[in-house]
Amino acid sequence: MEYESVIGLEIHAELNTESKMFCGCGTHFGEAPNTQTCPVCLGLPGSLPVANAKAIEYVIKSGLAVGCGINLYSIFHRKNYFYPDMPKDYQISQYDQPLCINGFIDLDMNDYQTRIGITRIHLEEDTGKLIHIGGAGRIAGAKYSLVDFNRAGVPLMEIVSEPDIRTPEEAKAYAQKLRAVLITLGVSDCSMEKGSMRVDANISIRPKGSTGLGVKTELKNLNSFRSLQRALAYEIERQAKALNEGKPEEIVQETRHWDEAKGATSTLRTKEYAHDYRYFPDPDLVPMEFDIAYIDFLRSQLPELPNERKQRFIKEYGLPVHEANLLTESKAMGDFFEETAKLYKGDPKAVANWMLGDMSYYLNTEGLEIDETAVTPKHLAELLKLIDKGVISGKIAKEIFPEMFETGKLPQVIVEEKGMTQISDEAEISKIIDMVLEENTSTVEEYRAGKDKAFGFLIGQAMRLTRGRGNPQLINRLLREKLQA
Amino acid sequence: MAISEKEVKHVAWLARLGLTDAEVQKFTRQLDVILEHAGKISELNVENVPPTSHAIPLKNVLREDKVGACLTPEDALSNAPKKEDQAFVVPRIV
Repeated sequence: MEYESVIGLEIHAELNTESKMFCGCGTHFGEAPNTQTCPVCLGLPGSLPVANAKAIEYVIKSGLAVGCGINLYSIFHRKNYFYPDMPKDYQISQYDQPLCINGFIDLDMNDYQTRIGITRIHLEEDTGKLIHIGGAGRIAGAKYSLVDFNRAGVPLMEIVSEPDIRTPEEAKAYAQKLRAVLITLGVSDCSMEKGSMRVDANISIRPKGSTGLGVKTELKNLNSFRSLQRALAYEIERQAKALNEGKPEEIVQETRHWDEAKGATSTLRTKEYAHDYRYFPDPDLVPMEFDIAYIDFLRSQLPELPNERKQRFIKEYGLPVHEANLLTESKAMGDFFEETAKLYKGDPKAVANWMLGDMSYYLNTEGLEIDETAVTPKHLAELLKLIDKGVISGKIAKEIFPEMFETGKLPQVIVEEKGMTQISDEAEISKIIDMVLEENTSTVEEYRAGKDKAFGFLIGQAMRLTRGRGNPQLINRLLREKLQA
Repeated sequence: MAISEKEVKHVAWLARLGLTDAEVQKFTRQLDVILEHAGKISELNVENVPPTSHAIPLKNVLREDKVGACLTPEDALSNAPKKEDQAFVVPRIV
């Protein structure tokens, strides 16, 4: 049986405001425990929350950037549940009147395009952080837990997608695109590592072509885009196996924990509690009402968004769609590309090729983002200039790149230190080629007899003698001339 | 009856209230009277009346995004029955 998956994502992003959502405590990450708390975010009796205007503006901007409609009247609700990370035993959130509804994100997959609907974006407060003692740090098996309320009350935006996503690749592309939008807007750092962006996935499968819905599971602990994609792929296979083996009872509506090291999901043991949140309007927070002029003003403040940037890259730099798509996947990538193209002044496609080739390779290997490395646009631009000027060959450039990546030394410094300058002296190359021809008389004969492959071998020999430093165009031309003489 | 004993037990559990059987019976009777009374509103035609979420005529009471004073960790933890490493200690969760 062929199945199709139905995936919806819930993405939480902490807003990068200076102060918390309902009080004036700071929002810094990584401070000592319980140093950013006050009576409001500790839920002490008698304290009153007052909403942060900036956070509301950020959510509306996010909504506008993904084509949402903005509710001109919106209120906060209390979501009631007992959990030690919430000092009030309720979370201030939004229920039936969220700030933004009905948006979408367009995805450019390799060979097709698709649109993922966004159901809603609402504003709420983040919870505190739990540290579990004993039981290897997992909640199950812990002896007791510690609570740090520094994060409690940090403004948090929840973006809920429609179940329009069909593959793990689309899920990853959607989350990445959304991240690029939010970073471009400057409303969130969206660091999955620090937890300022968190992705939960709902997934069910159904026979291809059917329109019904299967039993869904919710996946948590997806701490990277890679985890998101792998966890979904695993879960799809697990569910398909259960159905194929006639064991549908193995798929139950539950929350499953992704274990990146094991590469598997497992049932998350949480205290059983009814999802009976008894939402009601928070009487401490009065309604928000916006006029259209304010919304239009915010719309006029939107920066160039990733999809617009992609279109501009195609038009302005003549990049193919695929390359433009990859380069605008993150704001940092796009900025790096534009800055390098500006410094280099040569063919922007060369910049794109290097960034998506060698650069991406080393970034992936090291698990780094482009703005976390020693390589700057200046490095790449200088490297490309050295190739254009004939100082080094493309092959040598590829050898220089990893060192540049590791040490942050400028390419010309590496070239000088290692004596990697390209040999472009015609007399010197000519001498080397003569040596090659003398040592390989049989290959020369083969070439003359019509074996084209022999030519490549002779080039290789010449390159070897120059220890890779010979100018390839020059070697090619001189060898051909000498063979035809 | 506007409310059953089963519902009262459920609500009590959601609120983490431990009620004796006698209390469940007593509160069911009392809540029933209260709900009956509040139920009178359904005798009215409220078709064109928007739901009231807030009783006071205020909107957009917001604050600027500015950092103010926080408590010291000592003050924040001063009422905690148990603390460790500058954090609140809570019993095992699951």
